[in-house]
Parts: sequence; C-alpha cells; structure tokens
Amino acid sequence: MEKEPLFGKTPEQLKTLVQSLGMPAFTAKQLSEWLYKKHAHSFDDMTNLPKAARELLNEKYTVGLVENTTVQTSSDGTKKYLFPTAGNKFIEAAYIPDEDRATLCVSSQVGCKMGCLFCMTGKQGFQSQLSAGEIVNQIASLPEREKLTNIVYMGMGEPFDNLEGVMKSLEVLTSDWGLAMSPRRITVSTIGMIPAMKHFIENSECHLAVSMHTPFHDERRKLMPIENVYPIAEVIETLRSYDFGKQRRVSFEYIMFKGINDTPKHVKEIAKLLNGLRCRMNLIRFHPIPDTPLLSSTEETIQEFREGLVKKGIRTTVRASRGQDIFAACGLLSTKELVKQQASDF
Amino acid sequence: MIMDTGLSSFIKKLPLSYRKLKAIEEIGNEVYTLKFERKHEFLSGQVVAITTDLSIPPRLYSICSGTEEDEMAILFNVKHDGLLSPLLAQQKAGANLHVSAPFGAFLGDEEPAWWIASGTGVAPYRSMLRSGLHQHKKLIHGGRARDSFYFEQEMMAAFGDDYIRCCSQETGAGLYEGRLTKWIREQEVEKSGMKYYLCGSAEMVVEVRDILIGKGVDIDNIMAEIYF
Repeated sequence: MEKEPLFGKTPEQLKTLVQSLGMPAFTAKQLSEWLYKKHAHSFDDMTNLPKAARELLNEKYTVGLVENTTVQTSSDGTKKYLFPTAGNKFIEAAYIPDEDRATLCVSSQVGCKMGCLFCMTGKQGFQSQLSAGEIVNQIASLPEREKLTNIVYMGMGEPFDNLEGVMKSLEVLTSDWGLAMSPRRITVSTIGMIPAMKHFIENSECHLAVSMHTPFHDERRKLMPIENVYPIAEVIETLRSYDFGKQRRVSFEYIMFKGINDTPKHVKEIAKLLNGLRCRMNLIRFHPIPDTPLLSSTEETIQEFREGLVKKGIRTTVRASRGQDIFAACGLLSTKELVKQQASDF
Repeated sequence: MIMDTGLSSFIKKLPLSYRKLKAIEEIGNEVYTLKFERKHEFLSGQVVAITTDLSIPPRLYSICSGTEEDEMAILFNVKHDGLLSPLLAQQKAGANLHVSAPFGAFLGDEEPAWWIASGTGVAPYRSMLRSGLHQHKKLIHGGRARDSFYFEQEMMAAFGDDYIRCCSQETGAGLYEGRLTKWIREQEVEKSGMKYYLCGSAEMVVEVRDILIGKGVDIDNIMAEIYF
C-alpha cells in the first residue's frame, strides 16, 4: 500500500494524525514547520522529533515533496517542469521569469474535463484530481522557488472543477503557518464554473481570472461546452454582486482567434457585457495545436482589438508570448492512449 | 465534513424544492433512472441540479424524459468515489428529493442531426426523442458492455437502422464491434446541412470533435455537452 503524503495537510489535520499515532499534539506544529518553513525532504531531517516518532512516521507516511523529472528550457528563459503525481501520471508547471517578476503557472488536475476546442490539455481527457499537496509541491519543489513573485492557476485542468484541492492549496500557500504568500500574488483562473467561483470569491482573497474568449453565447458554446450550463453573461452578472476593490482583481482572458472572435462587433459586445464592472482584459495570442481549425489573429488585428477595448474604457493588455519553442513538446500526447485504455466509457 | 462546492448558493435563483420520488429503476449495471414529480416547463436537453439532502452538494443531471410528460426523469450511474450517486441509488419511491428548476442550452431542434453519446450521455437525446424531435436524426451510442445501451428497445423502435450501438468490449447481435470513434472514422459525413451533437465524457467529446473537424465539418455544426 502506498504511504500517505503529509505535505499539503493543515496543522489541524496534522494534529489529528499525530494524536492517532499516540504522539503529543505539539508534534503537529513541529511537523508543520518542517514541511512548510524548513522544506524538509525526509522525516530523518526533522531532528527535533524523537527518533521513535520519526521511525513511526517513516513507517506510515511520506513527507510528500516530489522533485521534477524533466525540465525543458526556452531560449527566453521560460522553463517547463514535469512533476510525477499519484498513479504514475504527470503534470506540468511553467516557470516564467520576466525582469523583476517570476511567475509560476501551476496545474490543478491531471488532464481536464472541460473540452475547450482550443486547449491541448483537453485532448488527453480527465485523468485525476490533484491533492492540495501535489498542487503546492509544484511551488515548493521548484528549483527557482526563492525567486517566485507570482503564482497563477492556469496550467493543466480547470481549478474550480477541483475546488477542494485548490482551496486547500491556497490555504497552505497563504497561511502564516504555510508558505505565507500574499493572496495578492496569486491568481486562480476559471472558465466560469459559477457555483465554485462564488465559493472561491467568498472564501479567498486571491485574484480571479475568467476565460471569456467571446462575448457571444452561441459562439462560446462551440469553443467552450461549459457555456451550455454556465453562460458568460451569467458569470459576469454573478461577479457584479461582489466588490472587486482596488486590492482584489478580476480579469478576463481572451485568446484571439482569426475571423472568429476578433471583430469590432466583439469589441462592442464585450464593452456592453463588462459595462460598469471594475476589471481588466488580457488578450492572448493563440498558438495552434493539432486537429484544431483555429488560427491566431494577426498582430495588426490584435492591436486594433486592444485599442478598441481601451477606447471603450476597458483596461486591456496583450500578454507576451513566452516559451513558444518548448510549448509544442509538452508530452501530453504521450499519455493519451494510456488514458483511453484506462478510463474510456465508449 | 462535506465541502459545499457552491452549487447550493448558485441555485438561489434556481432554488431547490422538494419533489416526491415516484420510481427508481436499475436499467443497467449500477445505472438508474429516477422519476419524480414535475413542477416546471423545460426544453429537451436541459439539466437539473439534484440532491437527496441539503447537506450534500447537489449535482447536475440531464433530464431524460419528454417535455410533455407528467413526470420528470433523469439517468445516472453510480460513481463509487462520488458522494451523491451512491445515495441516489439507495432512494425508494416516496422519498423527497431536492431538485432545481431546469436550465442549460444543449437543446434539440428539428434540423437533421447525428446524436452522438457515450454512456449516460444518451439521456438528453431520450428527452429529445420523447419530445418529438427524432425525425431526421441518427443516434450513435457508445458503451463498453452489451448492457450499456440504455433505453435500447425504445431507441430501436424510434430510429431503426439509424440507431448505431458501438460496443468496445463485448460482442452481440446488432452491435458494431469497436468504439464509436472507430465507427465515426469509417463514415462519410455531411459537411453542411447536418448538425452533430456530442454528449458524454470529455474524452469522447474531444476525440469525436477532432474526427469531425478532420473530416471537414465546420465547428458551427458541432454542439457539445460534457458531463463533468
């Protein structure tokens, strides 16, 4: 039987655990410090625990920090790390240095259920949820951990389809007992799963990013099946009932597809939809993936689109393309056949 | 402690209300239909949020009954790692369910179409069939086993030769041997004047969509509903 990892557990969970092993409650605090402050990789490193306690922990548990197995480095300094997860699966985390900032893009699921037309991860289907420990491990086990300034949940998976794992991971990241990061350095991205999004807004102080990609219902249904159940208009209407002040930010992600969502008609509709909502828009160049009929808008169109939105009073930026030379070799397809053998129902 | 994933608060505008369970039937291996009182109008293809108890977060299920029927029905399979479906399977007639108003935009119409489903993804098509929208349609249903073709007799009667059952792990009379993706790859498809509806797991939807696009079908003619 696989040993249970401790990394990702809260002090409260650790307390219950150590007491069940007959250890004093304060051992939980010691464990928490070793896990989150001192980055211990083994119980043997935890020198202020009695030897018998370390042996007992070794017998039943693992620390749970897992090193990456592969790294690809782009000519622009972006690095893509592959981390193993439970069940011999793999997830990716992208480290993106940029002058005085260094952002890590983390995964929240192995695969994804959402089936967006433009997404590479969706092509491997859904394999499993990540635990809070597996999410935070991407940060804690990153060689550049000390340089990180920002975390974005924009890697593999839909974060709000793994709400429990994501919320727990945010607790570990932002708590004083955990990695003590400011929630203002963390952005969680969603395609608009309204119920879970509401839970996140009400129970976290982190920033929110919503994947819009088109303001039109019929068009968005074709790009993103979630629109059938949670339409973007309702997502935005839901956001209006919350106060996004100066400290907390909501932004919209918008991948630019040639001839699909990049017209003046779209600018006008976006302005209508977002009217009065304090937010910003990030335009993203599309990097084509196999078997997709979509193409990226031209540079000229992207700039015109940005200017159109700015004129409508929407703060809009165009995201810099990073790591293009390594994103194509992402290794996702290698798991595709395996997934089908294990999980397909058709 | 059960984590509320937020659906309870979302459906304040689609409030959960009591519905008396009229019947529960196991129609396949750990696959059930639940039939309950109906209080709302709906469009075939829509979903409802359901739970057995307000302390259990509700989940979304496609309606599988017709728009003119007196009762509403859903189709579900038991997920052993899930919280709600094992409880739903234990319900008895007369029990109270908490059910939302119907919503969703994966809607059927009278235009020619292929209805493509894996597993319980056949539910919305049964609603469309029972709502009189099955003319000029072909139903392609994929399943692992011989007993995966839910509502088989009803579908056979309605669609005849336009009912394709693709069975990936067993063989049997009238079954296509292989996954539904293999069947679709072997077909000539109409690139215009035909809609393609996909409903079921993400794996099926994504793979079939890629195949159709590869055969020249415009994305405007592909509708997808994923069970998440």
